[in-house]
Amino acid sequence: MPESAHKPYRAVVIGASAGGLKALSAILPHLPADYPLPIMVVIHVPPHRRSLIAPLFEEKSQVRVVEAEDKTPIEGGCVFFAPPDYHLLVERSFELSLSSEAPVLFSRPSIDVLFETAADAYGDGLIGVILTGANNDGAAGLKAVMAYGGKGLIQTPATAFSRAMPEAAIEACPSALILDLDDILLELKNAA
Amino acid sequence: MPNAIARTEDIELRLLLEAIFLKYHYDFRNYALASIKRRLTQARDQFGCRSFSQLQDMVLNESGMMDELLGYLTVQVSELFRDPAYFRAIREKVVPHLKTYPSLKVWIAGCSSGEELYSFAILFREEGLEERTMFYATDINADALRKAEMGVYALERMKLFTENHRLSGGKSSLSDYYTAGYGAATFDKSLRKRTVFSDHSLVTDAVFAETQFVSCRNVLIYFTRDLQGRAIGLFKDSLTRNGFLGLGAKETLRFSPHADEFTEFSRDERLYQKRGGI
Repeated sequence: MPESAHKPYRAVVIGASAGGLKALSAILPHLPADYPLPIMVVIHVPPHRRSLIAPLFEEKSQVRVVEAEDKTPIEGGCVFFAPPDYHLLVERSFELSLSSEAPVLFSRPSIDVLFETAADAYGDGLIGVILTGANNDGAAGLKAVMAYGGKGLIQTPATAFSRAMPEAAIEACPSALILDLDDILLELKNAA
Repeated sequence: MPNAIARTEDIELRLLLEAIFLKYHYDFRNYALASIKRRLTQARDQFGCRSFSQLQDMVLNESGMMDELLGYLTVQVSELFRDPAYFRAIREKVVPHLKTYPSLKVWIAGCSSGEELYSFAILFREEGLEERTMFYATDINADALRKAEMGVYALERMKLFTENHRLSGGKSSLSDYYTAGYGAATFDKSLRKRTVFSDHSLVTDAVFAETQFVSCRNVLIYFTRDLQGRAIGLFKDSLTRNGFLGLGAKETLRFSPHADEFTEFSRDERLYQKRGGI
C-alpha cells in the first residue's frame, strides 16, 4: 500500500474544549506504547488551577503524558499538554515554548497559537485534529495546518458533546476529513 | 518542511530583528522565534504593512515607530501576587532565611509595569523586612518602567489582586496599600521609596549588584535556551552564596547549563537556591 510505503507525518496537534476530556479518552489511552509521533494538546481549562489532566491521562495511557514545561525538547511517543494559563508554541528547533501573551479568542492556551506555530515548524508533516468544543478556537489554526500541506481531521459534529468548534473548523477547512473518534484514532495509528 | 512563503518571511524577520539591533540596540535576535514571529505579524498587520521588510523600513525611518513596536516585542501581562503559591512559599520558607541578613538586595528582573515589584514590596513590609531591603526593578521597556514607577492600575483588576494577595498569606488588606479614584487604584508611593527603577537588558547588559533574591518570572520563556543560559548566568553571578532565584510556574533550570549551580529549594514554586562555595 502506498500509504505504508512512506510515512511523512512527524507530529500531531489536537485541540479540544467543552467535552474534550471524554473525547480525548477515546484516543490517547488507545495509542500503543511505541507510538512514534509526538502529540501536542490544547484543551481549554480554567486558569489558576493546577492542572490534573496530564497525570490523569498518564495513569491510563501507554504513551507518556506530561504537562509541557518551557523549552521541553519534543520527543516521539509523548503527549504534551499545554499548562493552564499559558499558550503552547512549537519552535523550529522542535522545542516547546510557553507564552503569557494575551488570550486569543478569549482562550489561553489557544488552539490557534499551537496549530499555527506547529504548522510553521512541521510544514506538511503535521496532522491537526479538532474535537468537541463550544467556541471557534482552532478553525484558523487548522486552516494554517492544511495551508502548509498538513492533514486536517475534525470530529463529526453530530457525535461531539459540543458542536460549535468542529463546525467552525469544517467551515474554515472544507477539505478536512470529518470522522468519528474511532476513525480519528485509526488515522493517527496509520499515520505513524 | 516549511513552504517557500514561510522561508522568505523568515529571512525578512531576521533582517528586521537585525535592523532593530543595529539602529536601536534592542537585541531580540535570540528570542524564541515562534512567539516573536506571531507578535511581529500582529504588528505588521496593525501598521498596515504587507511584509516584514516594509515594517523594517518604517521602524528605521519613522520617528516614534520603535517605541510603538516595543509594545509588541515585549509581553506585558502580569498580576499582583500572580501564582499566590509562589508568594506563600516565599513567606513561609524563604523569609526566615532572609531575616538572618542585616541588609538585603532584591532584583525584580523584567519587572514590566511593576505588578511583581509591588507584590514584593507589600510582602516585605508585612514580613518586617522592608526597612533593610533595597529593590532593583529592571526592564528594557522604558514605557513599562514609567508605568511601574507610577504604580497605577485599573480598579477592576483589584478584585483579582486582592484574592491573590489573600491566597498568598497576606497579613493585611490589599486596600491598605492603594487609594481608589476615577476607575484607578494608585499604590502608596512609600512602597517604592526603596526601589531603583532601571533600564537593563538580560541580553546585552552585565551584572550591576550583589543580591540575595532574584525574581524573574515569565520573562525567560521568550528566550531561546542559549539566551536563557546567559540570563541565568547573570542571576548566578549577582546572587550571594545561598541566594534565592524564583522563576515562573512553568519555567525550569533543568535544561540550563547552570542547573548544577543551584539546588531546588521549593520545587513546585520554582524557587532555587544558589549553592554555597561557588
